[in-house]
Amino acid sequence: MNRTTTQTGEAASAHEAATLELRSVTKRYPGADEDAIAELSLEVPAGDICVLVGPSGCGKTTAMRLVNRMISITSGDILLAGRSVTELRPAELRKRIGYVIQQIGLFPHRTIAQNIATVPRLLDWKKERTAARVRELLDLVSLPAEMADRYPAQLSGGQRQRVGVARALAADPPLMLMDEPFGAIDPITRERLQNEFLRLQSELRKTIVFVTHDIDEAIKMGDRIAVLRKGGVLAQYATPAELLMAPADDFVEDFVGADRALKRLALLRVRDVQLWRAPLVREGDSTAQAREQVRTSDLPYPLLVSEDGRPLGWLSEDDLVKGRVELPVDTAAEPVLDRDSVLRDALAELLERDTQYGPVVDQRGHVVGVLSLELISHFLASSDAIQADPADRVTDTPALS
Amino acid sequence: MTGPIGFGGGLPLATVLIHQRSGTTCEAANGFCPNWIAHNFSRYETPLLQHVVLTVVSVAIGFGIAFALALLAHRRRWLAGPVTGVTGVLYTIPSLSFFFVLQPITGRGSLTAIVALVSYTLLIIFRNVTTGLAGVAPETRDAGRGLGLSDRQLLWKVELPLALPEIIAGVRVATTTTVGLATLAFFAGAGGLGAQINADPVFKSNVVVAGGLCVALAVVLDIVLLALQRAVTPWTRAVPTA
Repeated sequence: MNRTTTQTGEAASAHEAATLELRSVTKRYPGADEDAIAELSLEVPAGDICVLVGPSGCGKTTAMRLVNRMISITSGDILLAGRSVTELRPAELRKRIGYVIQQIGLFPHRTIAQNIATVPRLLDWKKERTAARVRELLDLVSLPAEMADRYPAQLSGGQRQRVGVARALAADPPLMLMDEPFGAIDPITRERLQNEFLRLQSELRKTIVFVTHDIDEAIKMGDRIAVLRKGGVLAQYATPAELLMAPADDFVEDFVGADRALKRLALLRVRDVQLWRAPLVREGDSTAQAREQVRTSDLPYPLLVSEDGRPLGWLSEDDLVKGRVELPVDTAAEPVLDRDSVLRDALAELLERDTQYGPVVDQRGHVVGVLSLELISHFLASSDAIQADPADRVTDTPALS
Repeated sequence: MTGPIGFGGGLPLATVLIHQRSGTTCEAANGFCPNWIAHNFSRYETPLLQHVVLTVVSVAIGFGIAFALALLAHRRRWLAGPVTGVTGVLYTIPSLSFFFVLQPITGRGSLTAIVALVSYTLLIIFRNVTTGLAGVAPETRDAGRGLGLSDRQLLWKVELPLALPEIIAGVRVATTTTVGLATLAFFAGAGGLGAQINADPVFKSNVVVAGGLCVALAVVLDIVLLALQRAVTPWTRAVPTA
């Protein structure tokens, strides 16, 4: 979905994601006895999200800030699209790199539109082009157009964070730096923003350096994860699956957590599991038909759906004593699971409702199958399931190996 | 009353004016006389104008100096202490002695008065500009730098606009103070409403009109600055709608 990029004459190719390469980067603050970052080398392929994660004081934010030279490098080099970041003056470099921080840092005295237009204005874009880009970005981050003239103080935390992302994306930079962008947001909104951001990224394909202290967020967001330990030493650089399956050492294993089996559930989505076929019945169907449906499926109860296939409820034995299926039914079809949600969240919903099964629906709300606790435990038992093609997960990034 | 101060012009003038009051009832009784005021209002026009000029010029120059010093101190933090110290000392000099000390250098007249009045505005404005700039949230500054604003752009496009409420608040206090202090400017030979009060300090109508004009001037200037502040800081009144 390139929307207005062509209309504004902005050649997409000029802003394609760039590879980022850190070569033996070291940072030592004047007067300090130890390095803040020690000989850090890693390469982020173009279009990937690289998450820097580690305990507080491990230098993950420092490492990120070295990239756009908010902090100067002591030794080593950082290459963006093959060119050293030291070739440009810092302000010039930063206009080409998106920047999002936890506290967002919107300019309180500027409207949302003016905030988003910050970098385009620095780049002297024409007014119409900037205005068009602002409209496009508001739409991209799912904010209504009338937000444009409001001030940051008039927005909720979640809305402000979307503006922060839109502002960073304004000039379509090939690289984005994000420092705990969702850290200060309530858990429910954070979850939603993460999902939205991943959806956005699957369209935009930016190279992203993402800093977090939260290993769950790292696993969810990262194509590759760099685990740092104190002193800015790289402990492991791997895909989320590799990190969970084969932690490099005790430190990483400890950091990833004892529940890494469960965490693997965060790597796959409901649609990645071979779902059970649902015994679907509609109002007015004969109960004999319903019983037949059940016999040929994995489930003990038929699922009543509306004419257009939306789940209405489970039919119990009591519902099947009459000749035909009637409304209402005793048991609601809760929870209804989205086939795009992460397996871990789906499991949480099932447990929360204290139920074995949940109908799975597609984007239009039509039932496509049923997920059960049994299916999930099978999945957990088969450790190789994790090596299922990661191409299908979260960001739809092709496997790197 | 003004005798001990010993300015040549003051005392005889006052005496003359008292004699000018005719025997009609209100003036003779030294009351508050609307008729007299209506007939004599024109004699306050020039002093009022002088007062306005003294105040506006002093605050404008004071703002220029204090603002420049504050920007310097913003770049070089170590300057803040010395500047506050020096302007603080200036602020504590009694205005009368200041006028006398300056006279040998700047002579009698507006220049002396303005130099003194300017020096009283420095501390207030300097401190408010500095406080305003220091009050800008670190994350706002960090985001600005991270997006590629140069130091100069950050200062003029982000930090100063955000410091505006503090800056204008400082100018308002300085202006009100200066209107008050300028009533003493006649000691330096700069005229103003103070001269008019001093011309006949026992006649109530005179004191009320001259004093009232001082207060009115202070209020009007304050309202103008307040209106300016509201006009240039619309975001401070943005009400959350969510």
